[in-house]
Amino acid sequence: MAIPWDLIVIQTVNGIVTGMILALVASGLTLIFGIMDVVNFAHGELFMMGAYIGVVVLVASGSFWIALVLSVISVALLGAAMQIVTLRPLVGRDPLTTILATFGISLILQNYALWQFGPVARKIQEPITGQFTLFYLQYPWYRLLIAALSAAIIGGLYLFLKYGRYGIWIRATTQDRVMAQAMGIPVPWVHTAVFAIGAGMAAASGVLFGPLVGVNHAMGLDWVLKAFIVVVVGGMGNLGGSIAAAIFISLLEAYAAIFVSPAQAVIVSFVVLILTLLFRPTGLFVPTPK
Amino acid sequence: MTAAPSPEQTLVKIEGVHTFYGKSHILHGVSLVVGKGEVVGLLGRNGVGKSTTLKTIMGLVTPSQGSIVFEGKPIAGLPPHKLARQGLGYVPEDRRIFKLLTVMENLRTGLDRSGVTDARRKELLDKVFTYFPRLAERRDQAGGTLSGGEQQMLAIARAMMLEPKIILLDEPTEGLMPRMVSQIREIVEVLHREGVAILLVEQNVPLTLAASQRVYFMEKGEVRHHAISSELKVDDPVIHQYLGV
Repeated sequence: MAIPWDLIVIQTVNGIVTGMILALVASGLTLIFGIMDVVNFAHGELFMMGAYIGVVVLVASGSFWIALVLSVISVALLGAAMQIVTLRPLVGRDPLTTILATFGISLILQNYALWQFGPVARKIQEPITGQFTLFYLQYPWYRLLIAALSAAIIGGLYLFLKYGRYGIWIRATTQDRVMAQAMGIPVPWVHTAVFAIGAGMAAASGVLFGPLVGVNHAMGLDWVLKAFIVVVVGGMGNLGGSIAAAIFISLLEAYAAIFVSPAQAVIVSFVVLILTLLFRPTGLFVPTPK
Repeated sequence: MTAAPSPEQTLVKIEGVHTFYGKSHILHGVSLVVGKGEVVGLLGRNGVGKSTTLKTIMGLVTPSQGSIVFEGKPIAGLPPHKLARQGLGYVPEDRRIFKLLTVMENLRTGLDRSGVTDARRKELLDKVFTYFPRLAERRDQAGGTLSGGEQQMLAIARAMMLEPKIILLDEPTEGLMPRMVSQIREIVEVLHREGVAILLVEQNVPLTLAASQRVYFMEKGEVRHHAISSELKVDDPVIHQYLGV
């Protein structure tokens, strides 16, 4: 069988686009886990709420960009409120309680969306509709824009964490919560801020991804499942690892889709997950633990 | 014998402090006083509650009973980050350097706070880099790659970034080479000259007696004895009683 070069190029582009969106969702998730050991089961619902707020603002304002910005801000505030009300009182308790709490929030948000917006999927109109020719395909520029914007947001986060005053606070708190406090860093507020940042990033991916799929109350489920796989494969709490894992898994799935149907290609990510857990449970993209 | 500071000279005063870790009762009513700018030693065998006393003052452990007063205000129950901002610096026994942060970033955790002007920042950094030239050489290196002695210097330098009125210094010379020990000794003197109070937990008795003005002896979670350092000799019966094996 001849190697289908054209298909491989197309699927590479597809894989990178999906990978960047996934990386955006997963980096919020892994950041939250890294700093407060909370597995946020409501992350997919923050993604979904972001998409819905995007729909509402887009209808009201007519501008995709205003919708994106307002959605990120509102979901970040929602995330901050969520953290203060439900997670802050659970600090120091059994981690299981935070799983129950975030899972509870995810159910509430899902059902709120169902009640508010109904079961019919909404559509977000993409801001640019142009296409270019990729072999025999008309490929939408918008997909490349998503990848570029996701990369820009993740790059911004990286620079913030690396050089910003509050970025250093976040990294210090992630490494040693107690010592961070003893150095005058207001750890409870750092936790809230990180939750808000993670929520805002989920919302951004929700709005950006909205035009490719319909916006509905259950859209978070698929994504968060994949994001969890990525976070585990990339090494829990490891930001760079999650980004690498997101692109790696999306590419593998895209290539697999050349040979099997896309629905079957999803199996690839589970295979990677199982192999990772079996042979390198600390994560694929982290330095070998000492 | 009691040369305790007068009330207006008192910086930290703890009285009748009881602390528990879960169900184990660690501190059984500890009382002690540190004056402004005073270096006070806290001696005792392992496991008598010296480190816990420091942690309790720093707010890392909440006392179940007793009072902790800093500059005339009760501070028991306040979160550690507020205490750090009020002028308490903490250098833990295991140093607790942020291992993945560079030396400079470790210092910035204490330096990046509101009210520090650029000129003041530079002054504080210049000061620690003068005392600890090794840290200046390694400012862009990750904290985890430093040697034990360098990590100890970084832990002290990091606390100094807060411009504290008192530093709670937990076994700073533990496991260090003699050359490093004398450097730690020097920095304690420098801090003392600058008017920073120090509550020093140490196993090194000669160093503690030389560096401090007063010493407290702890046993079984209580302060049992209190003396003026210059009146004690290294082989004093008191030392044998509380530290002898």
